[in-house]
Amino acid sequence: MIEREQVLHVAKLARLSLSEEEVETMVGELSGILEHVDRIGNLDLESVEPTSHVVALENVLRPDEPRPSLPPEVALSSAPEPQDGAFRVPSPQAE
Amino acid sequence: MAELEAVIGLEIHVQLATKTKMFCGCELSFGDEPNVHTCPVCLAHPGVLPVPNEEAIRYALQIGAALSCEIAPRSIFHRKNYFYPDSPKAYQISQYDIPICGAGRLGDVRIHRAHLEEDAAKMIHVGESGRIHGSGASLVDFNRGGTPLVEIVTEPDLRDAAEAAQWARLLRETIRQLGVSDVNMEEGSLRVDANVSVRPAGSEELGTKTELKNMNSFRFLQRGVEAELARQRQLVENGGTVEQETLHFDPASGSLTSLRSKEEAHDYRYFPEPDLVPLVPTEEQLREARESLPELPVQRIGRYEEMGLASDVALTLATDPRTAGYFENVVEAADGIEPRVLANWVTGELAAALRQAEVDGGAADSRISPPDLAKLVRMVGERKISHGSGKRVLAAMVTGGGDPEEIVEREGLAQMSDSGELEAVVEKAMADNPDAVEKIREGNGKAIGAIVGAVMRETKGRADGGEVNRLIQEKL
Amino acid sequence: MTDLLQMTALEAHEAMVAGDLAASEYTAAWKEAAAGDDLNAYLWRNEDGEDSQAIAVERDCVAPIAVKDIFTTEGVPTTAGSRILEGYRPPYTSTAVRKLLEAGAPILGKTNMDEFAMGSSNENSAYGPALNPWDRGRVPGGSSGGSAAVVAGGLAPWAIGTDTGGSIRQPAAFCGIVGLKPTYGAISRYGMIAFASSLDQCGPLTRTVSDAALLLGILQGKDPCDSTSVGLDGGVSLPDREDLSGLRFGVPAELGGDEYDSGVRAVFEQTLRKIEELGGEIAEVSLPSSEHGISAYYVIAPAEASSNLARYDGVRYGMRAGGDGDLVQMYETTRSEGFGPEVKRRIMLGTYALSSGYYEAYYGQAQKVRTRIAEDFSGAFAGVDFVVTPTAPSVAFKLGEKTDDPLAMYLNDFFTVPMSLAGIPAISIPAGLAAPEGGGPQLPVGFQIAAPAFGEQKLLDAAYALEQGIGFDARPEGL
Repeated sequence: MIEREQVLHVAKLARLSLSEEEVETMVGELSGILEHVDRIGNLDLESVEPTSHVVALENVLRPDEPRPSLPPEVALSSAPEPQDGAFRVPSPQAE
Repeated sequence: MAELEAVIGLEIHVQLATKTKMFCGCELSFGDEPNVHTCPVCLAHPGVLPVPNEEAIRYALQIGAALSCEIAPRSIFHRKNYFYPDSPKAYQISQYDIPICGAGRLGDVRIHRAHLEEDAAKMIHVGESGRIHGSGASLVDFNRGGTPLVEIVTEPDLRDAAEAAQWARLLRETIRQLGVSDVNMEEGSLRVDANVSVRPAGSEELGTKTELKNMNSFRFLQRGVEAELARQRQLVENGGTVEQETLHFDPASGSLTSLRSKEEAHDYRYFPEPDLVPLVPTEEQLREARESLPELPVQRIGRYEEMGLASDVALTLATDPRTAGYFENVVEAADGIEPRVLANWVTGELAAALRQAEVDGGAADSRISPPDLAKLVRMVGERKISHGSGKRVLAAMVTGGGDPEEIVEREGLAQMSDSGELEAVVEKAMADNPDAVEKIREGNGKAIGAIVGAVMRETKGRADGGEVNRLIQEKL
Repeated sequence: MTDLLQMTALEAHEAMVAGDLAASEYTAAWKEAAAGDDLNAYLWRNEDGEDSQAIAVERDCVAPIAVKDIFTTEGVPTTAGSRILEGYRPPYTSTAVRKLLEAGAPILGKTNMDEFAMGSSNENSAYGPALNPWDRGRVPGGSSGGSAAVVAGGLAPWAIGTDTGGSIRQPAAFCGIVGLKPTYGAISRYGMIAFASSLDQCGPLTRTVSDAALLLGILQGKDPCDSTSVGLDGGVSLPDREDLSGLRFGVPAELGGDEYDSGVRAVFEQTLRKIEELGGEIAEVSLPSSEHGISAYYVIAPAEASSNLARYDGVRYGMRAGGDGDLVQMYETTRSEGFGPEVKRRIMLGTYALSSGYYEAYYGQAQKVRTRIAEDFSGAFAGVDFVVTPTAPSVAFKLGEKTDDPLAMYLNDFFTVPMSLAGIPAISIPAGLAAPEGGGPQLPVGFQIAAPAFGEQKLLDAAYALEQGIGFDARPEGL
C-alpha cells in the first residue's frame, strides 16, 4: 500500500530519521491505516464543499498596537544554544 | 535559429511599515540588538496562536487598489510548510490559492496577484565552530521574523532588462506614495526577484524559467537579468536546454550561481490555516482603500502626457515626485510657456547643471526658485539670450541663486539683438576664414561650424546660433 | 477520603462563599491527597516553590484543580507528555489556566497524558502510563488519562483536559467520571499545545455534571489571543432540570453492529430505558457518514499535527540532539529521539496526506467527509434534541492490550470522533458498570450525549437530570 521508498521520502520531508527496523514497521503500520482510511476515497463527494473552517467567523483581527516583547534574556532562556543574544544552530550542509 | 525573445516576470516582496508584526504585537525593528522584539508567538512557542494585524490588511487593500487589482470577496490564509531556522513554526503563514488581491495592472504590466504573508527571521553565518564536525554555524535573530509582507507577482509581460528595472522603479514609487512601506531595496523593505526565460520570437509558449534572487538595487536587477538572458540565449543557441533553478546574481563579478540543488524541490504541503478565519473585506473598507489613494505615478504620467510631455520625460518626473512638484510650480509661474519645454529644462539642463555642480538632492533642493527658472526659460525662448548663455546662467544660479536678468546683466550675456552689429561680426568671421567659406560653397556643410564658432567666440556666446547660420548663408 | 475531599467542587465553592469552609484548608487537604499519587497521574505537583510563583493565586476561592500537562504554565514544567519538551518551562501561561487563576482556583499540578495528546490510553506518554484507579493493571484512557485518573482516584476534585477525537470523554468513561467536550470555539486554545488545530478543545473532567457546568463557566469566553474563539453567549448556569420530559434523544441507526462489547451495550440499553423513565423520548436517527469518521479523523488530525509539531526542531527551546552534525542531522536526531513511536507514526501519516499528489485524495477528501458528518448531525437535530451513543466501545482495557495494533487503538474513538469533526458539544457521564468482554472486574461505562453547536446549557441540564436519575455512586476501591 505504501512503499518503502515513499516512507523514506516522507520521513525526509518530516525531518525524521528512522532506523531500518522502524522503516519496516512503518511500512506495515501505515499501510494498514491507509487501507482503512482509503475507504473515503471511494465516496462520491464531488459536490461537497470541504470544511476548511469549523467556526463561521470572519475578519477576526487585532489593532496595530504594540504589546510588550519578551526581555531578550527571557526569549533566550529556553534556547538550547544561546550565543551573543541569538539562537545558535548548525549551518546547513554546503551543497 | 529563430531569434529568441526574453520573457520576464517579477516577484516583489514589500515589507509593510505597520507598527507591529503581522501576527503578534511585537514592534518592528530597525537594526536593534538581536531578539529584543520577540514574544512567544513570533518565537513559535508551544501553544501560541496568530492574530492578524488589521493595519496590514488595510495596507494590502490599498496596494490592491493602487494596482487596480480585483479584491477577493473572501480570502484565506494557508500554511506553507518547510524546515529552516529562520522559520520558527516550520511553516510560513501565507496565502495560496485564494489571495486577497487578484488580477490587476500597473502601466504596461499586468499584475497576476498580491497576497499577505509574514517575513522570515534573520540568520547570520558565523565562522568555524572549532568542533571536529560541522561546517560552521548560524545565529538566528527573530526581530524581523513575523514582519508583514505583501508579495506581488506580475504576469511575464516584460521583454527586456531595462524595461524590467524601469517598471520596478515605477512600482516602487507607486507603493512609496501610498505610505505603506519604505520600499528601500538596500534596507530590504523592497525585494525584487525576477523570473526569466527565453523563447523563439513570436511563440506563445513559455520556455523554462529560472528565478533570480539577491539583486538589491534597480541597477543590479537590470544587470542580473541581462546576464541571465545572455546565459540562456547562449545555452539555447548551442543546443542546450534551460534547467529550472534558482540563481544568485553577484554584481561584483557579474556571475550567476545556482542556489538550490536540483533535487531539493520543495514540497510545501499547503493547507488552509486552521488558526485563522477568512478575510472578507467590506464595501466600506474597499471604498476607503480606493479613496485613500493619492495621485499615483501612472496617473501623473497620463496627466503630463496630456500636457504635451514625451512619455519618457513624464515617467522620469512621475517617479520623482519632488522634482515633479517643482516642475509643476515652474509651469504655474511660467504662464504661456509650453510645459514640454519647461519639463525638458527641468529634467535636462537643470538636472545636468546640478550634477555638474555636485549639488546634493534634486531640483526642489536647488537654489533656483520656480519663478526664476521660468523667467530664464522665457528669456531663452524670447531670444533675449542664447540657449548656451542660458545654460551658463543656470550654472551660476545653481551655485549662487539669484535673478537671471541680473546675472545676464552682470555677466554681459545679453543676446546680441542688434542685427547690424551681428552682421558685422559675421562678415568679419567669414573674411577671417576664407577656407571655410570656400568649403561651404563646395557643399561641405560642416565647415560652417568654424565660422559659427568664430562668431560665438567674438560675441562671447551671446549670438543666437540660428540667426548666425542664417546670416552666413545669406552672405555666401 | 476525608469528608472534606468528598465534597464536590460546587459544594466546596458554595461553602467557601458562605464562609463555612476555609479555602486554604480545603486546598491543603487536596495537596496532601495529591502527594499520595501512586497512579503516576501527576507529572508535576505544585509544592508552592519559587518556580510556581507565576501561577500562584491571589485569593483561593474556588476548588484547586489539576491541569493536563498540555496547557502552558509560566515558569512551571510543561511537557505535553513528551521527551522533546522535558524540562521546558514556558515564558507564558495559557488563557485557560489564567482564567482559573483569576477565578481563584489554585493549581494542584500538571497531569500525565499521551504524548502531544495522541492516544487513547495514556500509554504513549514518555513518562510512563497513568493508571486507572479502578484497576491499576488497566489504562485510564487517553489522551487526558492523568486528568481522569486524578479525579476518579481522589487526587484532585476536578481537572481540565483536552479533547480532539474523544480525549476527555473516553478517559472520563473509563474512569467513571464526567467529561465534557464543549463546542469548538467555546474555550480559548491559546496556550493549549496544539495537536490538531481544527479539532482541539479544552474541557472539564469532574465528578458531577454540576461541577462540569461550574468549570465550563469559568473557562469559556472569546479570547483576543485566539482568532477561532467564540465563547458561549450568555455564559453557563448551573443545571437544575428535574426530568427529561419533552426531550427527544436520537440513537444513530449506524450503531448496532458488533462495534462494541456486550457489557457496554447492556448499560447503554439500560440508560435508554432510564431516559424513558424520566420522560424522555427515544428515536432513531441516521448519521450515514459517521462510519467514515475514523477515516476522516485519521487524515485530518495527523495532517494538522504534522504541521503543528514541526516547530519541535531543537532551535529555540526543548530538547536538542545531534547538534554536532549539520542542520538536517540536528533536526532529524532531535525529532527522532524526542518523539515517541505514536507521534512519529502520525507525523508520517499526516505528512503523507498533505504531500504533493496526495492532498486531494486524502486531506481534501477527508474535509469533505467532515462536511457530510456535520450535515448529518444538523439533519438529525432537526428531529431530536440530542444524539446519544456509548462513549467507548469497551470498558478500560489492560495495559499493553492494544499497543501492538495502532488501528485497533484508533477504533476506540469510533463514537467520539464524529462530534469532534462536527465541532458540536458532547458529554460523557458514568451510566453503570460492566465486565470486560472476556471477563474481569466491574468497570465504569460511559454514556455520551451530543447536542447542537452552542447547546451546552441544554446539554448540561439534560445530563444533570439523567445523572440524578441514574444515581451512579460506585467508586474505585478504597475511595
